[in-house]
Amino acid sequence: MIQSLLSVEDLSISFASEIKSLNTVNEVSFKAADQDFLGIVGESGCGKTLTALAIMKLLPSNAISSGRILFEGKDILAYKDKDLQKIRGSKISMIFQEPMTSLNPVFTVGNQIAEVLITHQSMSAKEAINKTIELLKVVQIPSPELRVNDYPHQMSGGMRQRVMIAMAVACKPSLLIADEPTTALDVTIQAQILELLGSLQERNRMSLLFITHDLGIVAEYASRVMVMYAGRIVEKSPVQDMFINPRHPYTIGLLESLPGKKGAKLKPIPGQVPNTESLPSGCKFRTRCRYVIEECHLKEPSLKPAGNSEHLSRCIRAMEL
Amino acid sequence: MNIFWKRFKQNRLATAGGVMVLLLFIVAAFAPLISPFDPNEIDRNSILEPPSEVHILGTDDLGRDVFSRMIFGSWISLAVGFVAVGIATFIGIIFGALSGYYGGWTDRIIMRFVDIMLSIPTLFLILAVIAFIGPSIWNIMIIIGLTSWMGVARLVRAEFLSLKEREFILAAKAMGAGDMRIIFSHIMPNSMSPVFISAVLGVAAAILLESALSFLGLGIQPPTPSWGNILTLGKDNIEIAWWLSVFPGLAILFTVLAYNLVGEGLRDALDPRLWQRGR
Ligand SMILES: Nc1ncnc2c1ncn2[C@@H]1O[C@H](COP(=O)(O)OP(=O)(O)O)[C@@H](O)[C@H]1O
Ligand SMILES: [Mg+2]
Repeated sequence: MIQSLLSVEDLSISFASEIKSLNTVNEVSFKAADQDFLGIVGESGCGKTLTALAIMKLLPSNAISSGRILFEGKDILAYKDKDLQKIRGSKISMIFQEPMTSLNPVFTVGNQIAEVLITHQSMSAKEAINKTIELLKVVQIPSPELRVNDYPHQMSGGMRQRVMIAMAVACKPSLLIADEPTTALDVTIQAQILELLGSLQERNRMSLLFITHDLGIVAEYASRVMVMYAGRIVEKSPVQDMFINPRHPYTIGLLESLPGKKGAKLKPIPGQVPNTESLPSGCKFRTRCRYVIEECHLKEPSLKPAGNSEHLSRCIRAMEL
Repeated sequence: MNIFWKRFKQNRLATAGGVMVLLLFIVAAFAPLISPFDPNEIDRNSILEPPSEVHILGTDDLGRDVFSRMIFGSWISLAVGFVAVGIATFIGIIFGALSGYYGGWTDRIIMRFVDIMLSIPTLFLILAVIAFIGPSIWNIMIIIGLTSWMGVARLVRAEFLSLKEREFILAAKAMGAGDMRIIFSHIMPNSMSPVFISAVLGVAAAILLESALSFLGLGIQPPTPSWGNILTLGKDNIEIAWWLSVFPGLAILFTVLAYNLVGEGLRDALDPRLWQRGR
């Protein structure tokens, strides 16, 4: 078997609580190949960010994780801090949801990008600044020679997200995790950022793990999508297949809640993601599911092929949908 | 920076304080040029003379010119204030940063140590130590510094506690920054404004403490002039030479007031809650 770039195996994350520790992320497994574009979709609170942070080994200090995360064949959870620092920002990078708060307010954006280059590629300050200007050009910031001296507060949200992207791809990582990079931006900017990430992914031949709560966003770019609900993967498939034949009621709900289809009314999924303490027995989605049957209460379904071997679903009625 | 400057200047009291501090700096810097006499020149023919045209603030029990001694004393005060605060701020930043950033046992140990230090009355601690190592200007600076870092440590710790949870710190870690880089180049610069304010206020406190020690005879030793030891002479001659008590007292008051006004002005000008409205 060919070794994947990233392989997450049975990742579970819990927070030590006084009563018992419950898995906030439960047995998540997936693989990303070189030059992959993988979408992770789910409503807020489904454990997407935690999964991403686990890959960076940057979980909050009160989180306990188990399972294995193999990056280039080596288990990240077993890495020493020093080695992790070498990988972060150079081989694996991450951009965050909130461009307004992800940059250090007291340094110019140029300094912050240059710092990454100096840290990982031992460039001189001068080389780093030149490279930084080049990078700002790549992420399409107008007049980069001037903007390089801007402080974050002098830039708009979209600009700052471009700066974050420039910083993240500065060392040409082989894996970029983008955690809802467009959620905080307005629609036109969203499209631009998405296109930028798509073109960078091709140009730098990196693998992109794109997290979003908007299934519509991944449709155009991602090759494969996995849908998360309550810390679990509920459906995983190549992107077209998922849009044509969704095999989980939650995915169907997400698709129906998408705006844009002419004539079709927006149908948000009723209710909300239950928190870890109040998860139902059996299928975790049954409380919001319109296809629910008696059996759903008994046992949590496992992730099984539905239709073809590439398409997995965690629903006992997958084939009826 | 500009907004900050504007806000500071709008505050009349702070501006007045700034001018007063500047005046003190000029006096200290040009002490030899300004003072009409050698501060240590003894004149047996003019002992304990009241203020006159020649000796505008009078003379002391050895006939030395009080005005000149006070001018040189201002240099001492300034030096003690700044060096002591420098030491205190340095120690406070290091302890506060470690405590706030690492948390857990590091935090518990450092904070207990801070509590212990705070529970010992500073003046008595200093008196006890000075009794051992002897008073000298360097010892005074160091001992004041070593006993007044706790406030800074707590401030810096609180700043670190909140700053380390900020998203840009997580982002910096995601870019491969190590602990030292996170502490010193990402969190520290963001936590400096309260430290700066407390340092300015600390200068006033250190000057007051130095004066108290010198007054008790355990600070700056004669013949080196200091406001505190001029005051001591004032106390010994209170019935016959009021000028020995009043002028150094006023100088101390003036200085402490000046630094406090500047410190309060900075606090208002740097307050981010007030900032937002200005934008
Ligand atoms: N530091 C933490 N302590 C306890 N619970 C947390 C912590 N961080 C996240 N969680 C819980 O984990 C769940 C998943 O969070 P997250 O991964 O951020 O979701 P998503 O990114 O999908 O919106 C949340 O519902 C939240 O309650
Ligand atoms: Mg999230």
